[in-house]
Amino acid sequence: MSLEFFVISTLNGVSYGLLLFMLSSGLTLIFSMMGVLNFAHTSFYMLGAYFAYTISSVVGFWPALVLAPLAVGALGALFERYSLRRVHKFGHVPELLVTFGLSYLILELVQLVWGRSTVPYGLPEQLQGPLFTLYDTQFPKSRSFVMLVAMLMLVSVWLLLTRTRIGLVIQAALKHPEMVQALGHNVPRVFMLVFGGGCALAGLAGVIGGNTYVTEPAMAASVGSIIFVVVVVGGMGSLAGAFLASLLIGLVQTFAVAIDHSLATALQALGMTVTEETFGWPLLKLTVSQVAPILPYLFLVLILIFRPKGLLGTRED
Amino acid sequence: MTTTTSTTTSYHRFKPWNVGRIVIWGLFALMLIVAPMLFKSSLALTMLSQIGYLIIICLSYNMLLGQGGMLSFGHAVYTGLGSFIAIHAMNLASKGSLPIPLVLIPLVGGVAGMLFAVLLGYVTTKKAGTTFAMITLGIGELVASMALMFPEFFGGEGGITTDRVYGGSFLGITFGPAIQVYYLIAAYCFICTAAMFAFTGTPLGRILNAVRDNPERVEFIGYNTQRVRYFAFIIAGFFAGIGGGLTAINFEIITAADSVSVIRSGGYLLFTFLGGATFFFGPIIGAVLLVFASVLLSELSKAWLLYLGLVFLFMVMYAPGGVASLIMMNLRLAKFGKLRSLWPSYLGLAGTGLVAVLGAACMVEMTYHLQLNAALGPVMTFLGASLDATALSSWFGAIFVLLTGLGLFELCRRQFLQQWSHIQEEIEHQIKRGEAL
Repeated sequence: MSLEFFVISTLNGVSYGLLLFMLSSGLTLIFSMMGVLNFAHTSFYMLGAYFAYTISSVVGFWPALVLAPLAVGALGALFERYSLRRVHKFGHVPELLVTFGLSYLILELVQLVWGRSTVPYGLPEQLQGPLFTLYDTQFPKSRSFVMLVAMLMLVSVWLLLTRTRIGLVIQAALKHPEMVQALGHNVPRVFMLVFGGGCALAGLAGVIGGNTYVTEPAMAASVGSIIFVVVVVGGMGSLAGAFLASLLIGLVQTFAVAIDHSLATALQALGMTVTEETFGWPLLKLTVSQVAPILPYLFLVLILIFRPKGLLGTRED
Repeated sequence: MTTTTSTTTSYHRFKPWNVGRIVIWGLFALMLIVAPMLFKSSLALTMLSQIGYLIIICLSYNMLLGQGGMLSFGHAVYTGLGSFIAIHAMNLASKGSLPIPLVLIPLVGGVAGMLFAVLLGYVTTKKAGTTFAMITLGIGELVASMALMFPEFFGGEGGITTDRVYGGSFLGITFGPAIQVYYLIAAYCFICTAAMFAFTGTPLGRILNAVRDNPERVEFIGYNTQRVRYFAFIIAGFFAGIGGGLTAINFEIITAADSVSVIRSGGYLLFTFLGGATFFFGPIIGAVLLVFASVLLSELSKAWLLYLGLVFLFMVMYAPGGVASLIMMNLRLAKFGKLRSLWPSYLGLAGTGLVAVLGAACMVEMTYHLQLNAALGPVMTFLGASLDATALSSWFGAIFVLLTGLGLFELCRRQFLQQWSHIQEEIEHQIKRGEAL
């Protein structure tokens, strides 16, 4: 493993991890505040990408960077107001189900409006090309832009939650909603704002993830289960845990796809003879890159066995 | 057949025979026997067979969702793995290395589903509620991607095929013709449904309901909630595996990309809920709906997933008990003799609702036509009428129909709501009077 490969993979892994964090932070915020697991969270991510594609073809990428998340956030708030709030009284499982139904609906609507194949949502000129070249490998500007936006978002969410009045109300409503309501704050509206805000964060991730990676109807499903893994591994409701877990999973996945070794080659390197007749050959011959898609889920299972509350979680339920 | 009626029937245990229950189960058996004689086409027979094993699968799913409050996104793991083990067992049996008659193959699938539930359920049932849902999703993805990693066992893209006619014929039964397979499925369907209904009355089934409703209290009286969930999960896995084994027998081919996928699990969840998770017989309705939607509706319209999503969303919002709860509410009215007065309102609601749906469907179909069949030109046929999907007039017409329908529906709905709450009050009074007497 050369140094060059190591540095580039680390940077790629961190930028992918930060993108995952942009998604999982909104999910965690919504979950820890309202107890709602938003199954349609990555559908809002997809909507962000598609909205940005349409808006940027009219007014350019930079206005779209602001407008698309706002539109997605508004849709999220509307959904909370007119659908989720109605279901709230039935309990958490119907809430999860209603967002599950929404994810079906958004997928169909996206395919209806933008078609079933990939849309040509490209990078703006300022983000094209490499930021720097290390030995022979280039690190693209777009990925560093993802990192920049994610860090800015992290800092501003943190400032909003800890330094502003509305942030303090949100934190209070998180712990004791009845008390906050008794003090005269409109808690349902706070919930609506948080849900909309979380969706807007997902939309923002979509705007920059859509052109860094690819904008297609399958993009919601491709990260959907991963961010649930992130939230469970990081610890339910822990923002710091989500940050740690996102980076970890981003790095693990990026490194894994680049490694072409298998258990068989490892055993051969140790001086053992491993052939097609050896017991368990189908398992031994799998390379790490082939196993890469299941690594996050294996990680989830291991965490659940050895540390059920997650990396930085405090809740045991 | 609901949990509520079963408690009231246990109240009347002094009767030597529970006549109502015998009649209902007798009718169910009769329906399973007579159905292929009434609907003779091969399409109908395929659909009936599918309904048969989907009833088992949806009921086993409801053991988790309805009775245990466990929302699983990975039920296809146990049906799918059950199918794979069953199909390998069939292939081994036809080679002569495993002496298992076809009649017992579903049990092989069931045992396989159970073993995988023992293995994976241990991790899954560690948590309850939303965390449980996320873990099942993770496990579902894990198994689905693993299945593509081992083409030796799962057959890769092409899947695994088999031939169900391997044993000699017994009394002329070879299981070659589809009708014989149907009766095998129907027999399993009846036995499994009965067994799962019996499960609801066992101490484990009862404490499972308690774990769903108030886990803290259950811990308080000395039960380990995690173990209760685990046991229920294993039993659900067993029945799911039986359903999977029957799938393998019916289709004679199983592919990993489809049978263990998370999309398939989502389908089970969707239709079990639509059928009604709060009643034992709800999932049976769900299974019937699932087959009708995937076979007939998908033929009828390309937008069927959109309609399905909308129906599901409205169902969760307005009737979280599913179709079964709607039926039971109207049965309650009929019991008190109030159903007749509601007929005009129902007709009004259905009529105006239909107009609104017609307008909306027209717009959806036109959009789909423009999106998918642009090469065929702008003119399409919708319910026999030909529409120009690019013309403004057809769009305005559709919007007009939709708005008219919506407005009238709203009027009917208000009227209906008043009537409904009035009748409910009357029934409450009647019950109170009955108690006072």
